[in-house]
Amino acid sequence: MVAADEPGTNGQWPLWEVFLQPSGGAPFEHAGSVHAVDAESALQNARDVYTRRGEGVNLWVVPSAAIVASAPSDAGPFFDPGNDKPYRHPQFYTSPRGVRV
Amino acid sequence: MAADSAAAERAFDARIAAGETIEPKDWMPERYRKQLIRMMSQHAHSEIVGMLPEGNWITRAPTLQRKVGLLAKVQDEAGHGLYIYCGTETLGVDRTELVDQLLSGKAKYASIFNYPTLSWADIGTIGWFVDGAAIVNQTMLAKASYGPYARAMVRICKEENFHKRQGFEIIATLAAGTPEQRRMAQDAVNRWWWPSLMMFGPNDKDSPNSAELTKWGVKRKGNDELRQRFVNLTVAHAKAIDLVLPDPDLRYNAETGNWDFGTIDWAEFDRVIHGEGPLNRERLAARNKAHDEGAWVRAAASAYAAKHAPESASRAA
Amino acid sequence: MTAPATPSTALAMDGATGGALVEYLLRLGDDRLVLGHRLSEWCGHAPILEEDIALANIALDLIGQATLLLRLAAQIEGAGRDENALAYLRESIDYHNVLMVELPRGDFAFTVVRQFLFSVAAFYQLEALARSVHEELAGIAAKALKETRYHVRHVGEWVIKLGDGTAESHERAQAALDALWRFTGEMFLMDAVDDTLVRAGIAADMAPVEPKWHAQVTDVVRRATLALPEGAYMQRGGRVGRHTEHLGLMLSEMQILQRSYPGAKW
Repeated sequence: MVAADEPGTNGQWPLWEVFLQPSGGAPFEHAGSVHAVDAESALQNARDVYTRRGEGVNLWVVPSAAIVASAPSDAGPFFDPGNDKPYRHPQFYTSPRGVRV
Repeated sequence: MAADSAAAERAFDARIAAGETIEPKDWMPERYRKQLIRMMSQHAHSEIVGMLPEGNWITRAPTLQRKVGLLAKVQDEAGHGLYIYCGTETLGVDRTELVDQLLSGKAKYASIFNYPTLSWADIGTIGWFVDGAAIVNQTMLAKASYGPYARAMVRICKEENFHKRQGFEIIATLAAGTPEQRRMAQDAVNRWWWPSLMMFGPNDKDSPNSAELTKWGVKRKGNDELRQRFVNLTVAHAKAIDLVLPDPDLRYNAETGNWDFGTIDWAEFDRVIHGEGPLNRERLAARNKAHDEGAWVRAAASAYAAKHAPESASRAA
Repeated sequence: MTAPATPSTALAMDGATGGALVEYLLRLGDDRLVLGHRLSEWCGHAPILEEDIALANIALDLIGQATLLLRLAAQIEGAGRDENALAYLRESIDYHNVLMVELPRGDFAFTVVRQFLFSVAAFYQLEALARSVHEELAGIAAKALKETRYHVRHVGEWVIKLGDGTAESHERAQAALDALWRFTGEMFLMDAVDDTLVRAGIAADMAPVEPKWHAQVTDVVRRATLALPEGAYMQRGGRVGRHTEHLGLMLSEMQILQRSYPGAKW
């Protein structure tokens, strides 16, 4: 009964992904999603849905369609090469006894 | 082709066996996807329909503190429904579609919400029993193999603890109150106890979906084990506030360390699931009414956004 | 109900000022309690889940503000009542909210237009009250001001979306605005209670609030492509307990448990 008025095939409001900064200076973390027709209402809906208990001090909302994700088949070539390079980690290197570097 | 998909399925099973989490874009058997959509959307519908029996008392909550407590709780249920719908959407199905399945009566939801809330004591009892049962169930689901479901459950479990404690405080206050209040409390306990036990679903041997969901690590424990855990927990609570659980067969079994309980009326369970509970029709009618009356609002927001798309895009930038 | 706390206001007040302040706090508190109650009726029935949660948030803020205001009124009154006695054991003729907030929730347009008209006035009033010489009132106002700023933003967006949405939403928003307009004047009325307290630096002078309210409402109404109603006779009476028929019904529902079981604890 509403579809005629609404864009899209089934009149659903677009989906947005919500990222929350739990405290000042902390990295933003994915909290969930909301439906909203525009950026301002997405921000408001994110605030109303995901910060009811003071979970955050800052919000990002991003149209879900704008998220580009690596494919599961990428996992090997993308991430495995990072697993065998111990020389990127400080524990790989030794220093003379008694010297703190 | 068939060999490919058999290999993919073997790889998938191996991931499940290794306790890995499945993410939305990962390959998954069609049946896993279908079962998850069914289970998650039923769960979401239950949260939404569950707003109605408790919402029934928001305008009659007896103090300002109880009023905000209950309103915040019922609001949380809306949030929980929303989190789980969003999780379900990652499986490639729109919320609109899921909501339509609820509204048309095609989808199921927790049968317990087809029972009426007759007194203020029902609000306490629902928090104590129904949210208590939900926590037992959801704590298990927080380890479900599907990432978005498990993550929604982690958030929900945190919030649900407040619901249970609020409910128990309400019922404990009534149990320690005037004779009328005690009567109200015992009456609510009498009415909600058995439907609460039914919430865990049929016995494992009669649960058609359980085996598959367990195999795939969506469910990690059987219905009967969870139900038993809930009974064991709740018996102690009832004792503490001197209310009687309405089951003459309830007794401690020293051998198993469990509280044995009587036989659940599965005929009632089936009847309510199949639409013949006290309020099935009213609950669906209320959801349909809200949805239909909101249609023009949703359409207005969409129409406004379509007219002002460039403006809103620049604001977003 | 709990025993009253000792009056804790640091401000030395004569009897007349104290009496006026109790009355003033009741008015502020009743406005918010009644409106919050009306909003809470949406819970489980809103047009979409996100908005169900948003409306409940506003309702929780308003009932929270009412609780603080009525508690302060009870403390200053010092007659052994607390905020719950004031909320649950007063008759409608003793409620002193404006008429606008007690009208039934209506459709979504009615709810958001009313909330907008109320919240904008509340915002400017609270801005003044946050500078009250009465420290506790100023503290409550400062907290409420933040909440109200968000309410204005949220429902203001909705007024614009409904007004400038579809033909149906435009018509409904305009109908709501027309129906509500004649109740708006009462928000700015001042009587001896206000005069006494404004002179003492405690209450908000509504004279400068009204033009600010009018300017902001006019701006949003214009952006919503709606027409500002004109020339209505402004209804009044709520501040002295002369209500519509709706309040009594609302209170009979709200107060049922406290009335049915006198003295019981909940």
